[in-house]
Parts: sequence; structure tokens; C-alpha cells
Amino acid sequence: MLAIAVFTVTSMAVSAQKYFTKDGSIKFFSTTKVENIEGINNKATCVLDAVTGDIEWSVLVKGFLFEKALMEEHFNENYMESGTYPKAGFKGKLENIGSVKLTNDGIYQVKVSGDLTMHGVSKKITSDATITVSGGKITTISKFYVNPKDYNITIPAPVQGKISEKIEITVSGALQELKK
Amino acid sequence: MLTFGQADTTDLLSLLGEEEETINYATATFKSTRVINMHSVENAAGGVMDFRISHRFGAVNTGAENLFGLDIASMRLGFEYGINDRLMVGVGRSNVNKELDGFVKYKILRQSTGKRTMPLSVSWFSSTVMRLSKWEDPNRENYFSSRLYYCHQLLIARKFNDRLSIQIAPTLVHRNLVKDSTIANDVYAGGIGGRFKLTNRTSFNAEYVYVPPGQLEAVYTNSLSIGFDIETGGHVFQLHFTNSRPMNEKGFITETTGKWQEGDIQFGFNVSRVFTVGKRREPKE
Repeated sequence: MLAIAVFTVTSMAVSAQKYFTKDGSIKFFSTTKVENIEGINNKATCVLDAVTGDIEWSVLVKGFLFEKALMEEHFNENYMESGTYPKAGFKGKLENIGSVKLTNDGIYQVKVSGDLTMHGVSKKITSDATITVSGGKITTISKFYVNPKDYNITIPAPVQGKISEKIEITVSGALQELKK
Repeated sequence: MLTFGQADTTDLLSLLGEEEETINYATATFKSTRVINMHSVENAAGGVMDFRISHRFGAVNTGAENLFGLDIASMRLGFEYGINDRLMVGVGRSNVNKELDGFVKYKILRQSTGKRTMPLSVSWFSSTVMRLSKWEDPNRENYFSSRLYYCHQLLIARKFNDRLSIQIAPTLVHRNLVKDSTIANDVYAGGIGGRFKLTNRTSFNAEYVYVPPGQLEAVYTNSLSIGFDIETGGHVFQLHFTNSRPMNEKGFITETTGKWQEGDIQFGFNVSRVFTVGKRREPKE
């Protein structure tokens, strides 16, 4: 009996605690009267610790794809300087992880906060996120805004009207259990 | 007993193990498809059209009366198009000798690091020029083929770092018609050029085309050009001084007469404006 109790307790403690994706999607969108600029990266990686709520995202800046080749070149060469800063990432925490039961179907609204690092600059950000668990599948989506100036990304006067000061970033992904 | 140590939470991502290596291609080895006169290893991307205006003023040593050359002008208008990210074509017309030119440029090798390492970018370039001006001697039997000139180049470049790129170009120019039998129909030459990036949007460029002696008439000199590239939004402006009047390949390689040391140099510029016309067409890896 004691042996069964121990087994039950131990198996509960090792039920999946970490989740990940390597195909997360990060999209950024800038809209001005002059033009819209959109870049999408579908190879973002993320790891979530369901016990502590710690979450990390990482993405290769050169992996953002644009409809216009020249925008992609300018994005890498002039703005993000991806030769010098090849990666961008986020390290933070889901603030109310206790209320999220990833093994039960449901839609959970959470708050995420932490450090967003890009172009060599780290800044604290907070964002609302929605985690949807349906039929054992976990998907997450969050949207927040950043100002390029905060990350030392200078936009020269001639093109200031083309790039918004409020860039919308949408982060989404389908998480799977990380088996170790 | 229930002490299941927490994994180190300061680096969750390391739990995913080694990252899958990707091929990291060198981008923007040069800011545009030309070093100055010479083609660079850069192409117009797939679906992109590049409209180019190239302008050369007159020689600086023509004095104040000619506003140091600004009163005299020659130009070339061109349209270039990327069929896909590796293959581009273009046409152009120069007003000097009314020359029409067409070219093809293909990226054979692309410099890369990461999963696949390639130290150089290598492109193949071929152009045909058709001279449309009236025959010098209309009473002579003139053949259409005499109007044609061909140029083939292997463009070999390396982006050494964010600032410095250098390119060499072994070249062959074939002229169907030359002045007499002492002049070569096939001219071999070697071009060398480079750019040094000054800021994110500006660079200093230089190029030199060496034609080994014994192939051209004595009056012709080697083309030497130096200038700046300035990029603003969708335009790249290339401003330079050059001793070459002609702007197509067979022209500046085999028909340059200017002498730098005598001030036979002209101020010129290339303006490039890109438009995205088709869907981005990436060639399969």
C-alpha cells in the first residue's frame, strides 16, 4: 500500500512540466499612412516551465521573411543589424501560472512579463496572453507593442513616415511536452 | 525523498539541445548590382525590377567654359529584372554610339557560413551590345554582325566583414569588327573592385579594370573609378569619378580613353530604383 502511494505521488510529480516549440511564429507589423511593413518568422523556439511559469523565446533575426526583398535587406542591414545582433529573445514569467492547468481543456488568460532583448538592448515588457488547451493541444498567442527607439533602432528622417513608432508584435505557437 | 531538483530555470532554451544549424548566406555584399561601372555579384531579387539611370558628364579638364564637364553628358537607361533570387536579366541603351545592350547574370555560388560553408560568392555575367549608330563608311560592305560585341565575366567576391567586400572579375570581350588585323578581336582583362561601408547607408567604392598590353590600340587606357554609394529607401545613388565615358561593359573595358593624371576624368552617377513587381520567387535550395 505504501509502495503504491509512493508510486502515485512520484508519477504525479513527473507529469509533463516543460513544454516547447521550434516552429513558433513571431510577426511584427508596422502601419503608417505611407505603407505597411510586415515580417514573419516561423522558426521561433520557446520553452515553458509549467510549474514555475518561466518562459523563454528565441528567434534568429535573419529568419524574418518579408514580401519585398528590399525591406528584408534593410531590416537586416540598416535597422536590426543582424550581422552584429543575430538573435532576439524574451525571458520572463507567466504571472498567474497557478491558474493554468495545461492538462485540462480550457481557455486561460494570463499575464506575461519579462525582458525582451533585441538589437543588443533589453527592456522589461508585459503582455496579455491567451493559452488555449483543446483536445490535448496547447496553443498560445500574445500581442504587444514596442517602439524601435527603445531598442536603439534609429529611423532616419527621410523614412520616418514609413515606419510606425508603435510596432505590433504577435507571438504564437503550438506547444508540445518536452520529454527528458 | 520527493526532492526532484528544479532544472536550472535561468536557461530553459538550453533544454532543447543543440540548435539546428541553418545556412547563413552573406547578404548585401555590395549595396547594388554594380560596383561602379562593373557588375557586382549582387542581383535584383526574384520579382524585383530595377530601373537604372547612368549618367556621365564631360571631362573635368574641359575647363570652366564647359562647367568642368557638366555641360557635356552621356547616359544609359536600363531596366533589370530578377527572374528569381539567382538569375537576373537586363536591357539598356546608351546614347553614345546608340548602343543597345542586354545581359544575363547568374549566381553560381553564394558565400555562406553555418550548415554549409562557402568562402566566396561567384556569379556568371554575359552581355551583348549592339551598336545602332550609322556606319562610318556606308559605301563599304558592312555586315550586321559587325555591330555586335560580347562580354563574359566571372565575378568572384567575398564579403570579408560588415564593412569590407572585394571582387575580382576575369573578363573576355569579343568584338566582331576591329580596326585592323593588329588589334585583337578577343580582349582579355581583369577587373578588381571593392567597397568599404562607411555607415549603414553609405559606402566608398573603387574599381579598376586592367587590360594586359598588346590587345588594344595605344590610345585606350584602363578604366579606373572611385565613388560613393548612398542608399535612401528604395533608391541607391552611386556618385563617382571615372575616366570611362561608356557605361556598358565592352565600352568601359575596351574603349576608355581618359587619363586620370591629365584630368580626363568625369563626374558621373548611377541611380537605381527598385520596384517589386512579381511574387518573390526563391529558387529551390
